[in-house]
Amino acid sequence: MDDLLTYDAVLARFDPVLGLEVHVELNTASKMFCGCDNTPGGEPNTTTCPVCLGLPGSLPVVNAHAVESAIRIGLALNCQVAPWCRFARKNYFYPDMTKDFQTSQYDEPICFDGWVDVEVEGETFRIEIERVHMEEDAGKLSHVGGGTGRIVGAEYSLVDYNRAGTPLMEIVTRPVRGLGAKAPAVGRAYMAMLRDLMRALGVSDARMEAGNMRCDANVSLMPTGTAELGTRTETKNVNSLRSVEAALTYEMRRQGAILAEGGRVVQETRHWHEDGEYTSPGRNKEQAEDYRYFPEPDLVPIAPDPAWVEELRASLPELPARRRARLQEAWGFSDLEMRDVLGNEGSLDLIEATVAAGAPPAAARKWWLGELARRANEAGVELGAVGVTPEQVAQVQGLVDAGTVNDKLARSVFDGVLAGEGSPEEVVASRGLAVVSDDGALGEAVDAAIAANPDVADKIRAGKVQAAGALIGAVMKQMKGKADAARVRELLLERLS
Amino acid sequence: MSAAILTATASDLGRRIAARELTSVEVTRVFLGQIKRVDADVHAFLHVDAEGALAQAAAVDARLDAGEELGPLAGVPLALKDLFCQEGVPTTAGSQILAGWRPPYSATVTQRLLDAGIVILGKTNLDEFAMGSSTENSAFGATHNPWDLDRIPGGSGGGSSAALAAFEAPLAIGTDTGGSIRQPASVTGTVGVKPTYGGTSRYGVIAMASSLDQPGPCARTVLDAALLHAVIAGHDPMDSTSIDAPVPPVVDAARSGDVRGLRVGVVRELSGEGYAPGVEQRFGEAVALLAQAGAEIVEVSCPHFGYALGAYYLIMPSEVSSNLARYDAMRYGLRAGDDGTRSAEEVMNLTRGEGFGDEVKRRVIIGTYALSSGYYDAYYGSAQKVRRLIASDFDAAFEQVDVLVSPSTPTTAFRLGERTADPLAMYASDLCTIPSNMAGNASGSFPCGLAPEDGLPVGFQVMAPPLADDRVYRVGAALERALGGGVLTDRIAERWTAGAAPDGSAPDDTARDRAEEA
Repeated sequence: MDDLLTYDAVLARFDPVLGLEVHVELNTASKMFCGCDNTPGGEPNTTTCPVCLGLPGSLPVVNAHAVESAIRIGLALNCQVAPWCRFARKNYFYPDMTKDFQTSQYDEPICFDGWVDVEVEGETFRIEIERVHMEEDAGKLSHVGGGTGRIVGAEYSLVDYNRAGTPLMEIVTRPVRGLGAKAPAVGRAYMAMLRDLMRALGVSDARMEAGNMRCDANVSLMPTGTAELGTRTETKNVNSLRSVEAALTYEMRRQGAILAEGGRVVQETRHWHEDGEYTSPGRNKEQAEDYRYFPEPDLVPIAPDPAWVEELRASLPELPARRRARLQEAWGFSDLEMRDVLGNEGSLDLIEATVAAGAPPAAARKWWLGELARRANEAGVELGAVGVTPEQVAQVQGLVDAGTVNDKLARSVFDGVLAGEGSPEEVVASRGLAVVSDDGALGEAVDAAIAANPDVADKIRAGKVQAAGALIGAVMKQMKGKADAARVRELLLERLS
Repeated sequence: MSAAILTATASDLGRRIAARELTSVEVTRVFLGQIKRVDADVHAFLHVDAEGALAQAAAVDARLDAGEELGPLAGVPLALKDLFCQEGVPTTAGSQILAGWRPPYSATVTQRLLDAGIVILGKTNLDEFAMGSSTENSAFGATHNPWDLDRIPGGSGGGSSAALAAFEAPLAIGTDTGGSIRQPASVTGTVGVKPTYGGTSRYGVIAMASSLDQPGPCARTVLDAALLHAVIAGHDPMDSTSIDAPVPPVVDAARSGDVRGLRVGVVRELSGEGYAPGVEQRFGEAVALLAQAGAEIVEVSCPHFGYALGAYYLIMPSEVSSNLARYDAMRYGLRAGDDGTRSAEEVMNLTRGEGFGDEVKRRVIIGTYALSSGYYDAYYGSAQKVRRLIASDFDAAFEQVDVLVSPSTPTTAFRLGERTADPLAMYASDLCTIPSNMAGNASGSFPCGLAPEDGLPVGFQVMAPPLADDRVYRVGAALERALGGGVLTDRIAERWTAGAAPDGSAPDDTARDRAEEA
């Protein structure tokens, strides 16, 4: 195992610098350069054709929809769109490559020079985007017989070319400095932002766990007070938001330990191990591979019509950051409240839908981040999969507002809804959950409580109104929680004043 | 009867088949018989698809009998360069690395031939991956020139040109990267045209150098070539570099041959040292004939043509090094050394070492070097600049003249083995043809007589601006008429058709397949 410096010790001596290369698989109907079905998965080697199999004589044709998606992503990331650009060939031999070169973009990316802001704990960080370019994915290798699924020790390997030719966007940041202790969290927030952006644009499913979105996380340390970049490492196989943060933290601590002892960080690709939460060396990049890039002669240059680009810009959907700002203002949430919302996966959409169904924003937030978040957590599912719809939450809140149930009873209503007993109203009816506000029934219970607690009654009579709580509690207990607490209080004070 | 069919033009055969004076099956049998009779000497074919050809011919006959109107070449047989994918038919590119491979799809050109009712007799020999000027780089043995079996038929499309000259087919298809249609046409006394780059589809044509390769027609007469050109040309959405524009009126131009008032520029730089006296003599006579036919002749200078060969031998191998990477033993073709002890990388290396010939390896290595970081600007980058200068030479010339002309190749057919030890001498065969590939314009080679010193054919090259392919045919047709004495290859018709079975008897079913034997 690597020596690790404590995180605080790393930050005491070094400034981390991030660089993130993100690959996003587009959800276009067909592949990047052929008409094959781009739906992931399927029986191995069934969604293939001469083009994506790289058969002799086959030629690529650019998927116009992928170009459109690339431009929209670039525009959403505040990039320039190249008036003219080309594909290039990246030459290297590997069995998952059908042509033994990847058709990619090199020095002429379709979008470049952009920026995007991400927020971590109320602080905004600007991430500069160097480029967004188009390329194709490779096939998928599986190594059989070695036990570990890795190539070492495998008896043989299988290749599935269904993925070969899937359109990929590579989004590359410039080195990001000045993040300090928040560097790993900024990395994570950037990935979450990209994910939300891809989904808002509708260009990718952007599920990291499914490999729709992959992150190569670069980090280096430079001694505090200097300006020269340190040697970076590039960590691959980072398959979740949490892993992005954990892998960056790990690498900072590992590099910190090396540098603290006067050692030298090796520039290399490292592999993130989700299970043990550590990185290990991959391909050594000290001797950079020579990919012999040159312009792809089988494709003509891409020159997007400026009018079309403007059309795309004008028709971009509301982007996540803007939407959040709009909703925060409309809902009147404080920054802290909004941070809680954003920190809870999926809750923004759920609250928005609940508000749309008629609930006050504060109530919607309270239910989703409180009661329902707790239940989702207990069940080990995402909030959206907790089993209650935003409409039902709004209905429950409607019952609370109407005084039919109180908060405590509302929890029982959720129990009933989750147990499949029907709509909130039906649950209230079938479980007999409505609060009792009938003065006759309540009056008897109040009288009984006063009789049973003469000392407390005396105190209230003497003006200690705050002691009423104990008597209200007694009434509630007697009424099995179904009493209208406000009315009980009124009846008590009437009798004891 | 049989000899008359063998020496007939494709347009004549097509007309007679359409008129039902002949059946396609009968014509196809005659040519299959001729292949069987003479190809042991010529070796134009790597694979003869007798069964498939007869089935195609029978289908065309059935459609014509049913009264269907097909194109002017329906039912006429053709020899296809073994660089074109044809579904289910062995396609080798002249290389061991693809021996036995049967493509699961057909090239656009192949499909257009079949759709036009043209009967594909088989696949013709070529230099490995079309790299060469003599077919001596074929992994399956050289082709011999029907004018003199000790001489080369040109390359890389020597199989196609020899098949025409030996009357094994009335039509053939080639590809031209640096002269592989025009130089073989030149040394076999046949017609070959490289269309404007993008004029014909490259989809399904095994790539040598993508920015230079172009499929084109080969025939014994100008009209036959034009008719074939019209069949295969036109936009193909499967090829991004295919031009979405109407096909130039090549057939009309070939029928007209009217060059009155046409401004013809003789390229000063494509003459002199290195050009055989007989070549220069016949070329000069042909220019004079065009002048007599009403063309206006001027001399034109293209100062950068001298750098074309050098730039070509950087750009072409660079693209080759990348295009040929896919032959890695993983998916199809040869796999060497896979005995269970070796890694994928080792098997790739062994396969490529065993499967590629010397010339292919030479170009892969040169190209790999030229694209390497640190050398890219000096080699590939500089060569691209030269390429632009050559294109600007053409642009300037075409402001003064309508077409440019030169010999197609500096010499007549050289002897087999004469240049195999000297790659640079071999490369010089393409001195005149390469500029058109670099600029992407239209260019053709037409017979202009026999060199007095060796009695071998001389080719006359006509170059026209992009999408002005019709001018190439117009000048070629004018020349064909002005020369007199009929079609040049008719002078060896007697030699190649004497003894052809009068009934055009069919070959037996065990058609030779050298590629698979090898």
